[in-house]
Amino acid sequence: MKYLCLIYDDESKVNTMSKSESDAFMGEYFQFTEAIKQSGHYLGGEALHPVHTATTIRMRNGKVSTTDGPFAETKEQLGGFYFIEARDLNDAIQIAARIPSAKIGSVEVRPVVDFTAEMKAAPPASQTAKA
Amino acid sequence: MQEGGEDVGATVAALYRSDSRRVLATLIRLLGDFDLAEEALQEAFSAALAAWPSSGVPRNPRAWLVSTGRFKAIDALRKRRRHEAAAPELTRLLEADIPERDDEAVEDDRLRLVFTCCHPALPPDAQIALTLRTVCGLTTEEIAHAFLTSAPTLAQRIVRAKAKIRDAGIPYEVPSPADLPGRLDAVLHVVYLVFNEGYSASSGGALLRTELSAEAIRLGRLLVELLPDPEAEGLLALMLLHESRRAARVAADGELVLLEDQDRSIWDRAMIAEGTGRLERALRSRHFGPYTLQAAIAAVHAEAARATDTDWTEIVGLYDVLLAIEPSAVVELNRAVAVAMRDGPAAGITLIDALLARGELADYHLAHSARAELCHRLGQRAEAAGGYRRALELARQEPERRHLERRLRELGTA
Repeated sequence: MKYLCLIYDDESKVNTMSKSESDAFMGEYFQFTEAIKQSGHYLGGEALHPVHTATTIRMRNGKVSTTDGPFAETKEQLGGFYFIEARDLNDAIQIAARIPSAKIGSVEVRPVVDFTAEMKAAPPASQTAKA
Repeated sequence: MQEGGEDVGATVAALYRSDSRRVLATLIRLLGDFDLAEEALQEAFSAALAAWPSSGVPRNPRAWLVSTGRFKAIDALRKRRRHEAAAPELTRLLEADIPERDDEAVEDDRLRLVFTCCHPALPPDAQIALTLRTVCGLTTEEIAHAFLTSAPTLAQRIVRAKAKIRDAGIPYEVPSPADLPGRLDAVLHVVYLVFNEGYSASSGGALLRTELSAEAIRLGRLLVELLPDPEAEGLLALMLLHESRRAARVAADGELVLLEDQDRSIWDRAMIAEGTGRLERALRSRHFGPYTLQAAIAAVHAEAARATDTDWTEIVGLYDVLLAIEPSAVVELNRAVAVAMRDGPAAGITLIDALLARGELADYHLAHSARAELCHRLGQRAEAAGGYRRALELARQEPERRHLERRLRELGTA
């Protein structure tokens, strides 16, 4: 099964790390990423710029509204993600627990919906018609 | 072996009671889907009622039911997916070979099911509901009644939990040794909550409460048999030692009877013997935890022929160890009462006052009633009455409220 591990960090904690602390933290991330590539769990993963760079978009009545910042203000912000392949939730939890941010922030594990059966069942025409 | 229809009906009914949960657990493993397995279980038992009067009861009825249920499920899937002959789950089901499984393997399926139902990724109330529904076979109405919830709310909770098990990929397995300690804690916690719900007089009829505690003890036995672990054994001992007092805890008029006033001659001696035996095994392992220690405290009470024979020094010592491994204000309160029994009410009042001053137990009715009880013993009637009144404002359970009202009447200040 595919899972998305959403990494939430308290940016104030991350920002106040000393140079050596932050280097060590990044080093842990590189090591972890390398390890899950080796074990075959890794499908993808990125770090995001801080939340002050975020923009929220809404389309209402044909008009685009653009606002600064994330949808909800919380203490911990989405800071990055890993997209992984895992045997089941227990396997995914074990991976997520090894993400360095799990020690200072939190990691939300979400199963990815598998549309393969539906794609096979539905004729391709209806897919393009909708688009 | 030919049997009349009525006899077969009785045999099937008895099998349903004794084995339906085991058959269900195996079907869930084979089919990988709770709802499909539940349908298959019902179909298998209907098929047994139809076939056995003429064919006779098979030599291994449980294996027959599992295999029939599995084929009924495959049929159902075929009908559902007529246009997708190669649907992966169907292929997997058709190819999965089910060897003749011995009893031990069948019990392993039940253990897997317990761990799935008590998975920490499920909300705590859903863990309890799903365990009682799936592993113990209680009806949704029974569970709703016991936990003071409406049946539709409870059913919804179970539906959501099953959906999460399926969609989030919660596996049907006993956790790996590395994860086992934490996961077993979660299971023991659910079992203990079920037991307490049945033991405390919070809700539901007496019969249903007895049934809940009995289910918890049955689950406890299952865990101990399949997964030798000192704390699982300690929990079972604790439940048995508490359960042994059930008949003595409630008077003929339905009123609660305090431990010191109970008729100890009606405590269940067989349960006490089994409980203390299991407790000794858990203690010998030297890897025990809070459940075993609480069982040890219960055992000290069980060993005292009269309330005045209770070894309070031993009990205070056990509470000290318990507090060291699991600090809790409620345990401190219990320890304070034990100290009062050992050193006199004034010593207990000093400890309870310090606890109340910390604020954690300010709204806990038992803290106020325990303090009132000790004041009462020292002849401080006004202090006692004040404490009972505060406890009465906070207490929610009817038998406890009646007990407090009675105490107030005895003080002549009601």
